[in-house]
Amino acid sequence: MTHDKAAGKTRRQIHEDRLRRRALRVAASSTAAVFLAIFLLVPMAPGWDRVKASFFNWEVFVKTFPKLLDAFKLDIAIFLWCAPAITVLGLLIALARDTRNPALFPLRILGAAYTDIFRGVPVVLTVYLIGFGVPGLGLPRPWNSPYIWGSLALILTYAAYVAEIFRSGIESVHKSQRAAAASLGLSDGDSMRFVILPQAIRRVIPAQMNMLIALQKDVALLSFIGPVEIFRQAGVFKSLMANFTPYVGAAVIFLAVTIPATRYADYLIAKQNRERS
Amino acid sequence: MPKLALHGVEKRFGENVVCDGIDLTIEEGQMVCLIGASGAGKSTLLRCINLLEPIEDGEILLDGKDISLPGLDPQPVRRRIGMVFQSFNLFPHMTAVENVMLAPRRLYRKSRSALLPEVTELFERFGLKERMGHYPDQLSGGQQQRVAIVRALAMKPEVMLFDEITSALDPQLVGEVLDVLRLLKDSGMTMVLATHEMAFAREAADKVCFLKDGKVIEEGAPEALFDAPQHPDTQAFLARALK
Ligand SMILES: Nc1ncnc2c1ncn2[C@@H]1O[C@H](COP(=O)(O)OP(=O)(O)OP(=O)(O)O)[C@@H](O)[C@H]1O
Ligand SMILES: [Mg+2]
Repeated sequence: MTHDKAAGKTRRQIHEDRLRRRALRVAASSTAAVFLAIFLLVPMAPGWDRVKASFFNWEVFVKTFPKLLDAFKLDIAIFLWCAPAITVLGLLIALARDTRNPALFPLRILGAAYTDIFRGVPVVLTVYLIGFGVPGLGLPRPWNSPYIWGSLALILTYAAYVAEIFRSGIESVHKSQRAAAASLGLSDGDSMRFVILPQAIRRVIPAQMNMLIALQKDVALLSFIGPVEIFRQAGVFKSLMANFTPYVGAAVIFLAVTIPATRYADYLIAKQNRERS
Repeated sequence: MPKLALHGVEKRFGENVVCDGIDLTIEEGQMVCLIGASGAGKSTLLRCINLLEPIEDGEILLDGKDISLPGLDPQPVRRRIGMVFQSFNLFPHMTAVENVMLAPRRLYRKSRSALLPEVTELFERFGLKERMGHYPDQLSGGQQQRVAIVRALAMKPEVMLFDEITSALDPQLVGEVLDVLRLLKDSGMTMVLATHEMAFAREAADKVCFLKDGKVIEEGAPEALFDAPQHPDTQAFLARALK
């Protein structure tokens, strides 16, 4: 794009180049104006100094950040054991809801009821009910752990959403694919396993990535029932130092994970849209 | 005994009677063409023969045995009857050769390497040897349709059903697919085609059936049916179709 008229640009290319340069100038100057306004106006707000001291205290940030990072490892661990369980359970529920075998009819009803219930209750409520409720039964030692029951709450909730996404993927595969598989003599099970599911899963990967990102954030809800993960750790620091900066530190750590992941999911979606058109 | 015989086949979608007492016999090695206007029930009839649609009444005999008995397991029958669709319906996530091997691998419990020689020979026979490793979206419509035919043939069916398999193709690709049908006919395959290719039906069919509103209005040898149609509906349809 560095060659000029002499290098043989068409009239249209020259015109489009001019438009592009203009758009760039407009975007740059308006962005500069917005940021300038934020930098100038926000500090003029009456409470700014107080907010700055209690939310953006550099010393507190530096002191607490490594410990927060350490606590975040627990979030990641919880995420890592929940995510596979969610995927498997979600897929099983989706398959159960798709089955036409009359012997499995109860499974279909249960699958439908399950997704309705767990998608209808706020996650935090499920975490409370299962995380406090089940250990309240007075179970013996490893079994009263909030890790187990808190994780289960997340697994049950997210599996309900993930199942619906798998189901939409299965339904998005055109029925002529099933007909083609059946015409070859393949059983319903083989047709699902080798023909429908591989296509369905490919289509819903971006949507499932978004679910995983949401899950990574919701792991913080377990702090309400005990585990000292990053959000809880930030709370501890807040009380110790009477300063909110640790929460900002926690947010920064979450963003460092979720922004790249979100971008990647968006990229996958855009790529699929391009392929489909 | 005819290879395939339909007696009074009736198919309904709700109130809509799509096959209205169809009788049809197909001898071993015959090619039978179904012609008729859009909505006449050609596709539905083929789908019924392949047991993709259950029929309300009547019977479908393969080698004299009723395959349409309610409650019969359709899978063993479908292996014996291959079907090729207008829109190819290849599995897009598999290469051509994987498309072809899937059903024999699963149903005849054969390994890929055991299947490779015969499958390669099939691809070779239909001029597709270089395309075996291609995905459907890397193939032209004509190639895709030929792969779909190879896929059905790999199950070694006794009867093949073709539902307007050239209708979705660019005109210059129709010929290569029709050549495949000629090849199959010469090899003695029993075939039923729903088609709008009147010239091909006239040249290659042993018998042509004209369908209207789910009924066989007239059937006969292609010369007789095309040159001297007896029924006014057939005359009207051909006058339009052959214009
Ligand atoms: N799954 C279905 N549910 C309800 N009605 C259907 C279904 N499939 C086909 N029909 C109806 O059956 C009738 C016959 O359709 P069919 O596709 O068999 O015709 P056709 O002769 O193959 O036509 P074309 O030349 O357009 O392919 C049509 O009226 C159609 O609307
Ligand atoms: Mg049709």
